Amino acid sequence: MIDPRSLFAITCKSFQELNTIAEIPKEEYIKKCTSACAGCSSSLNLRYVTKAAGPDTVLVVPACCTSVIQGIYPNTAMNISVYNIAFGAAAACASGMSNAFRQAGKKTNVIVYAGDGGTLDIGIQAMSGAFERGTDFLYICYDNEAYGNTGMQRSGGTPLGARTTTTPTGKTDAKKDIDAIIAAHNPPYMATACSAYPQDVFKKVQKALTFRGPTFIHILAPCPPGWRYPTEKTIEMGKLAVKSGIWVLYEREYGKLTVGAPSKAAMKKPIPLEDYLAPQGRFKGIDAKTVEILKQQIQKNFARLAAEEAAS
Amino acid sequence: MKKIATGNKAVAEAVKQAKPSVVAAYPITPQTEIVETIADYVTSGQLESRYIPVESEHSAMAACIGASITGVRTFTATSSHGLLYMHEMTNWAAGARLPVVMANVNRSIGPGWNIWAEHTDALQERDTGWLQVYVATVQEAYDATLMAFRIAEHNDVLLPVMVNLDGFSLSHIMQPLDTVEPGDFIPPIHLPHAIDPKNPTSYGGLTGPNDHFRFRWDIERSMRDSVKVIEATQKEFAKRFGRSYGFTEDYRCEDADVILVSMGTFGKEAEVAIDILRKEGIKAGSMRLRWFRPFPKLELAGKEVVVIDRDYSFGSGGILAKEITAQTKREVYSVIAGIGGQEVTYDDLADFVRKRRIGTEFWFGVTGNV
Repeated sequence: MIDPRSLFAITCKSFQELNTIAEIPKEEYIKKCTSACAGCSSSLNLRYVTKAAGPDTVLVVPACCTSVIQGIYPNTAMNISVYNIAFGAAAACASGMSNAFRQAGKKTNVIVYAGDGGTLDIGIQAMSGAFERGTDFLYICYDNEAYGNTGMQRSGGTPLGARTTTTPTGKTDAKKDIDAIIAAHNPPYMATACSAYPQDVFKKVQKALTFRGPTFIHILAPCPPGWRYPTEKTIEMGKLAVKSGIWVLYEREYGKLTVGAPSKAAMKKPIPLEDYLAPQGRFKGIDAKTVEILKQQIQKNFARLAAEEAAS
Repeated sequence: MKKIATGNKAVAEAVKQAKPSVVAAYPITPQTEIVETIADYVTSGQLESRYIPVESEHSAMAACIGASITGVRTFTATSSHGLLYMHEMTNWAAGARLPVVMANVNRSIGPGWNIWAEHTDALQERDTGWLQVYVATVQEAYDATLMAFRIAEHNDVLLPVMVNLDGFSLSHIMQPLDTVEPGDFIPPIHLPHAIDPKNPTSYGGLTGPNDHFRFRWDIERSMRDSVKVIEATQKEFAKRFGRSYGFTEDYRCEDADVILVSMGTFGKEAEVAIDILRKEGIKAGSMRLRWFRPFPKLELAGKEVVVIDRDYSFGSGGILAKEITAQTKREVYSVIAGIGGQEVTYDDLADFVRKRRIGTEFWFGVTGNV
């Protein structure tokens, strides 16, 4: 029996490391007329995702904030092909699209750009199927940890203790570990990223697109109206997430894990989690016990990733 | 080429000849034989296509949509719960103006689990913008599938087409099948709105009320235009391959006083029933409705009408009977029969005509009903 990962390996193109921001293309695929909220980090992500992917790309977008920020027909802020599809259908739609392009001998990138609801909740079945089938596509989940488009209801991505309109006293369940679920599908490449590190987002997208087969990038996307912090703090909030360790930057290539430098530093000496929680209205009134559980989860996650990195 | 085949095999054979680039499908009884056969064609190299073994019917239709918008030919097959599970995406395929062709093997809907023939599955899709044809023989399943690609992809239509065949009573029975070489009967697909990354376009984003309304009208306009395309396609098919089809298949209707209207395999049984009735001196005829969407203009003036519905809309009535009543503005004798695979013989069909009470509804086999 052939290990599918070895098939991916022999078709992997060489990847040139990009080190400076000067190497990020000047072309803009997301015009300045989006209807995104002020301080929206997912539209910032999208800007770097499309710069990394280039014009021979189709974005497949399920219902999410990105369905809205494109603008209203007949206008669009997107200077790249976008196929909007139903909430639970993005990965399946992309699967059909990728197969059709490949059958026609076209190398066009097929990228799903979906929120946490469309990925962790309603879209998980189609996504799991597409990964299991070895679909040649990149799946990006931009995660603002709630259903933002409909006014911040809890999703599987909402962290423990966070208030949403459907968890008015704070969520009592932990955030779903979608990365572990994706890892169980053995994709050739998967990574986490955060909008506060756009260069890292750019590099990871570019790298993911060099692989044949399904690849996954999970991007934490702070959300001013949802997380309830001032719009100008969007970058700061992402940095605090990484520095506190509640979000860890890493990539896993053919199962080999590499933790990113900012998260390596956080593992050695994380900033107090309270520094991340305090500026956010969604964590207002969170009790000490819940904060303690979150801190324990961070330590557990650090230990798990450090052990995996050492072993791989 | 003459052979013997099941309804399912006949559909698969037609799909092989239509050469779709992408087939995405999920198994469900009694449709499974179609996709198994296609998977075998792809694996053995008889059909150059991508077969995507999706994890659900919702994904089957989503994958067909994703493939179709790149401008290639697509096909899927389903039945019953599979069709209902993909309902969100059947709407999407029609709204996105994608000429997906699908075979639906008509089957009842649970609970409880019942795998036998019934039309309620497909008729719940009647408002989605799909063209629907119902067939009655193995040969017709094959012919209708070939024609479905040409009709769906015609640039005056660009709507998906559903070919319906009765579960087991057609999907699994064997009849003679005469296959043809379609040649350029199905021209290469040209999707005017296919995705082209060189000309970046957004599809299906936010749409305001006025534009949305206009797009809905565009679907209806194409649905109306499809009438001519269906006629022309069936005429061309007859010219090339010698088998002619209409919107309905009429049997001894010209001089009939009473017409028995049905869809699917009942329509063939009805012809036997008509012969029996004629021998008794009852001037009856059979009209088998082939196309349900677009719904054809039926010629029933001056005749009594008995409608067999293998389906039901609870709180309203037999779906076919309601359509006919709405169009002809007259009352019919509405017979509900064959739901869940209930056995209905040609003798039963003849009896419905004999005992007709125009303006009433009769549930066959249920005692004490109206």
